[in-house]
Amino acid sequence: MSGAYAPLLMLFGLSVVNAIGMMVASHVLNPRRPTPEKEMPYESGMTPIGDTRVRFSVKFYMVAISFIVFDLETIYLVPWAVEMRRLGWGPFLAMVLFVAVLAVGLWYEWKKGGLEWD
Amino acid sequence: MVIDFSSNLDYVRALLPEIILCVWGMVVLMAGVWRGESSEEGPRAEGLGWLALVGVAFAAVANGWLHGVREVGTDGMIAVDGFRLFSNWIFLTAALLGMLVSFAYVYRQRLQAGEYYALMLFSVAGMMFMAGARNLIVVFLGLEVMSIAVYALSAFNRRDRRSAEAGLKYFILGAFSTGFFLYGIALTYGATGSTHLPTIALAVSNGTAHGALLLFGVALMGVGFAFKVSAVPFHMWAPDVYEGAPSPVTAFMSAGVKAAAFAAFFRVFLVSFQGAYESWYGVMWWLSATTMVGANLIALVQTNVKRMLAYSSIAHGGYLLVAITAANQASAGAALFYLLVYTVMNISAFAVVIAVSNHGEERLEFEDYAGLGRNQPGLALLLTLFLLSLAGFPGTGGFMAKFQLLLGAMDAQLWVLSVILVLSTVVSYAYYLRLAWYTWMRDPADGGSPLPVYLPIGMRLALVVGAAVVIWLGLFPGSVLDLARASAAGLGVAGPMVEILH
Amino acid sequence: MNPPFAILAIVQEGSETAVEIAFEPFLPGLILLFPLLGFLVNGALALVSGKRAADVARAGGEWTLPENDRPSTHILPSLVGPGVLFAAFAIVAANFLRMQGAGFESPVVVTYWSWIVTSTFEAAASLQLDQLSMVMMLVVTGVGFLIHVFSVGYMKDDPSYPRYFAYLNLFVFFMLVLVSGASFPIMFVGWEGVGLCSYLLIGFWFKDRENADAGKKAFIVNRIGDVGFLIAMFLLYNKFHTLDFGPVFASAPDTLIYGGSLVTAVTLFLLLGAVGKSAQIPLYVWLPDAMAGPTPVSALIHAATMVTAGVYMVTRTSVLFALAPVGGLVVAGIGALTALFAATIALAQYDIKKVLAYSTVSQLGYMFLGVGVGAYTAGVFHLMTHAFFKALLFLGSGAVIYSIHHALHHTHKDWDAQDMRNMGGLRKHLPVTCVTMWVATLAIAGIWPFAGFFSKDEIIWYAGAAAEGPHTAWYVLFWAMSLVTAMMTAFYMTRMMIMTFHGENRTGEAERKHLHEPPPTMTVPLIVLAVLSLLGGWINVPEALKQSWIGMFGALPMSEWLHHWLEPVVGMAVEIRADHVGEFAKSAPLGGGEVVWAGLSTLMAIAVVVASVAFVRKWVILPATESAEPAGGVRRLLYRKWCVDELYDRVVVRPIVAGSRFLWKVVDAGIVDGLVNVTGSLSRAFGFVGSMFQTGAVNTYAFILTAGVVLILWAVAL
Repeated sequence: MSGAYAPLLMLFGLSVVNAIGMMVASHVLNPRRPTPEKEMPYESGMTPIGDTRVRFSVKFYMVAISFIVFDLETIYLVPWAVEMRRLGWGPFLAMVLFVAVLAVGLWYEWKKGGLEWD
Repeated sequence: MVIDFSSNLDYVRALLPEIILCVWGMVVLMAGVWRGESSEEGPRAEGLGWLALVGVAFAAVANGWLHGVREVGTDGMIAVDGFRLFSNWIFLTAALLGMLVSFAYVYRQRLQAGEYYALMLFSVAGMMFMAGARNLIVVFLGLEVMSIAVYALSAFNRRDRRSAEAGLKYFILGAFSTGFFLYGIALTYGATGSTHLPTIALAVSNGTAHGALLLFGVALMGVGFAFKVSAVPFHMWAPDVYEGAPSPVTAFMSAGVKAAAFAAFFRVFLVSFQGAYESWYGVMWWLSATTMVGANLIALVQTNVKRMLAYSSIAHGGYLLVAITAANQASAGAALFYLLVYTVMNISAFAVVIAVSNHGEERLEFEDYAGLGRNQPGLALLLTLFLLSLAGFPGTGGFMAKFQLLLGAMDAQLWVLSVILVLSTVVSYAYYLRLAWYTWMRDPADGGSPLPVYLPIGMRLALVVGAAVVIWLGLFPGSVLDLARASAAGLGVAGPMVEILH
Repeated sequence: MNPPFAILAIVQEGSETAVEIAFEPFLPGLILLFPLLGFLVNGALALVSGKRAADVARAGGEWTLPENDRPSTHILPSLVGPGVLFAAFAIVAANFLRMQGAGFESPVVVTYWSWIVTSTFEAAASLQLDQLSMVMMLVVTGVGFLIHVFSVGYMKDDPSYPRYFAYLNLFVFFMLVLVSGASFPIMFVGWEGVGLCSYLLIGFWFKDRENADAGKKAFIVNRIGDVGFLIAMFLLYNKFHTLDFGPVFASAPDTLIYGGSLVTAVTLFLLLGAVGKSAQIPLYVWLPDAMAGPTPVSALIHAATMVTAGVYMVTRTSVLFALAPVGGLVVAGIGALTALFAATIALAQYDIKKVLAYSTVSQLGYMFLGVGVGAYTAGVFHLMTHAFFKALLFLGSGAVIYSIHHALHHTHKDWDAQDMRNMGGLRKHLPVTCVTMWVATLAIAGIWPFAGFFSKDEIIWYAGAAAEGPHTAWYVLFWAMSLVTAMMTAFYMTRMMIMTFHGENRTGEAERKHLHEPPPTMTVPLIVLAVLSLLGGWINVPEALKQSWIGMFGALPMSEWLHHWLEPVVGMAVEIRADHVGEFAKSAPLGGGEVVWAGLSTLMAIAVVVASVAFVRKWVILPATESAEPAGGVRRLLYRKWCVDELYDRVVVRPIVAGSRFLWKVVDAGIVDGLVNVTGSLSRAFGFVGSMFQTGAVNTYAFILTAGVVLILWAVAL
């Protein structure tokens, strides 16, 4: 809470004003003559068909979830792996348990068919 | 034996119940997918249920063993005191009863049994973490473990739209409030320099932590807890979630989650934030008052049984908030006793609802209970017993619990709040007894076709145990009440805080 | 039953030097247990019989008692009912003989269990066995037994036979509790219990609205009296902090001020209770209506036992009444007035039971007069003899009614079997009944040597003798009233006998063939009671009369046996009276000693009887359907019972009912219920408003959540 933050605050304020100002100005100053063709969503020149709300397959979601979980596992493994020798048997046991738990999860997902693409 | 938290092995010993539950949860999970077939079939589902109950039994044994264990000092992240152990009993009871009433439901609704019971076990482990935590991080950890499992359980019935709605609402709003909770932890850490509860207590009472930082931290953590115990105005999720979730899940979470949240609430507020009592006392007072009044009044106009029981749960949370506001020894003991009784009677009431609704989500309106007294007099009698206990009728456990709560409140000289408690209890009789009235005094609209009610062994066991406990604790509360009081004594709560205020 | 004279002689002679031997009660609990057992057994039989009748009724029929093959539910009560009474009587007699052998002064209290135990008050379930309770129990069980036997014959054809005996046994049980209780609460239990049984038995044939109403009236009027009893108990408890007879009466002379306001209030309230139970003015109105019940019930309850409870109560609390001369005066006054008043009404009644009912009220007045002036023994004595001859009169009338009823039944004539105008000349048809009832009539008229002479005479004498003390004028008045009443009694009883048994028979040609004496089950008790009415008086010949012709010139070894017997119980009261007021006078107000007046009263009674016989025989009496009601004047007023019932209705009943209606419609339904409903509606309204916030949209919830957070943060920051 010292004076060093004052310029930062000013910068922040200015950028906000700038951004909002530009948007407001363009909204107020521009000519607006809407036609049906102009209002249609852009789809690389082609006529849009149907609703934009398409149901996408859950398999993407499954991959994403699995990725998150095992990626985090990796993240936790890496620092430990770096210092593995120095840390000794205790942490080793802890990591074994950690990986075992996640292995159970993997096995479960495998059996449930979560790793199937189709 | 003695536990000294400096060694890891001792940590493992201290966490034995939770470890057992987690491991067993994984076992059940694996058993559920073992042969690759769907675990939706009947015998397999029931087998998995009994397997899960075995795990609960083991955890109970471990909890019992922990009774003989003493801890040295208060450095551990987990406490090994009477409070945690009594709370664990409450959670294990919730798990036991919750699983017993799920058997037929899981089968009839073709839910995935392995995952279902595994999630329940994980959630109970989370509850135990919350109740035994001596560190705010562990509280948060337990909160999340428990909550996420319960979110998943709420949305468990994939074939039912309402279940999905319930799960989603719970998750969104839960995550929202957990954010507040975490922010509160952060602010508290900033103000006191530690997340260890005894250290925080010292800092707060010494006055080294002060100012807006601490107060906001307290307030935000209070909000987080208030959400979990569904205090007004943070209760909006509860009716929809209770109504939409599968009935056994509702039963389980109405009791277990509330108990865990209150256990953590007590630990954090009554132990570590004691020094700042005069700051948060007013907020708690208003929270409990509005919750009691609001929930009871709105419950009067409900026509769906699950929704009515949801508002009733909210009201019971309000009564327990009175104990928080009183913040003295007597209230803590009374609250523990109350949570135990509440767990049993609420789950038992839901058990009857599950039975009448044909282990599904049919027949959940008040009118559907007409004629139950004639066709299923035993079931109707049990329902009446549980409703009376929820209302606090003398002779039942609910009355004894509420009475103790009232004594604690009067000890702290919370006269107005006590009056509000009593008056709102009177109002609550109206909606509890209305359901009982429907069962006994009304005839079904189509002129008496008996409702088919299927009561498998698990359900019967749960109902009998529930009724026995409610009556026993109503007439002979002595031993359990003393245990609760002794358990609360270990918390180290100071006497009434009233001198500071007046 | 009179104990053998020989034993009495020994006791009398040896009493001065006898050492006090302890009295060991012989199974006193069984005395009460037997009738209770009888109630349970008969009650069970009644339930079985009732269920059978209900099953038949549900199928559309009506169950009637088969002529020949009586079911067991109707045979067993004949054995159980009188049987338990006999057993109880045997034990009472055994205890009585034991008590005789031991000469003891203080009562024996047998405690069974503690009933009420609080920090400030204790009451135990205990019996007090002393001379007074023994006398009462002898009368109750003895006369009760005879009436039970009579009932076997009288009620034989009634479908509710077992229920009758159940109620009768229960009544005896409660009456025994009343007279043997050792404390006010126990006595009150019996008090209320006999009131209940009276209600049940009066309304026995409840299908008739009138009978049910009569039962209700009895119970309600009794209740009014009971309030007085309760208030007296409260006052006593306030002073003594215990309600056991022993401690209260022992400490009363020292703790209570003679003639003080407290003791006067207590006695007056006790009197209120007695007035209700014993049908004195102003609460006598239920007794004549109670004649709606079966006649043996009238004999037992409304002649021999229940109505004497008031007299017993006054005698039991004699110490208190002795300490409150005003109380005693009021008792005597009410007694005398009631005696006179009821006698006047009896002069003009045509229903035979009504005559006897008013006669009972009148004789009860005599008993009250006796205990009011302080002659407790005289009152109890008259109670005893009255039990004999009044029970006899009622049972006799029952026999008469039974016979007339049967005769009318045979010819299907629809006449009132109880109206004396339909009787006449029954001497030929019911000889035993006639003779025994004449014995009773002579007894009640007070003619030597029958029982009533001794007892009634003693009362009249003491009424006059009390004129020596204060309130002279009152006592003289009472004495005069009692003399006039005696003459009226002689007249109306004779009138009743002549109209019933003598002259021409008015029942009808066809019926006369069917008139006959009732069976032995009914006539034997009449004979036994007649013997008692003849000899019963001799147990208490006054000392002063013993040597004269009245005492048969000292032929009997003892005198005043009852007096001596009851001395331990009423002695203290007599002493207190003697201390404050002085002894009873030795001569009547108009001069002359006891012997003179005894002879005078007998002669007067004989004269009235003879004159009445001549007078009444000259009357022309028509059967009821052909007679007109008395036209006007005094006769009509007496016939209409002085219009007391109508007066009560106007002055008491109607205002209360109107008040109740107001409280019901306006206060309860309007105000109280209205408030409750408004509270409920308001709550629901609030609830409805609250439920509108639950929109179902997560955004709303999140918004409210955030609003809550802001609110809390703001509140904390303040």
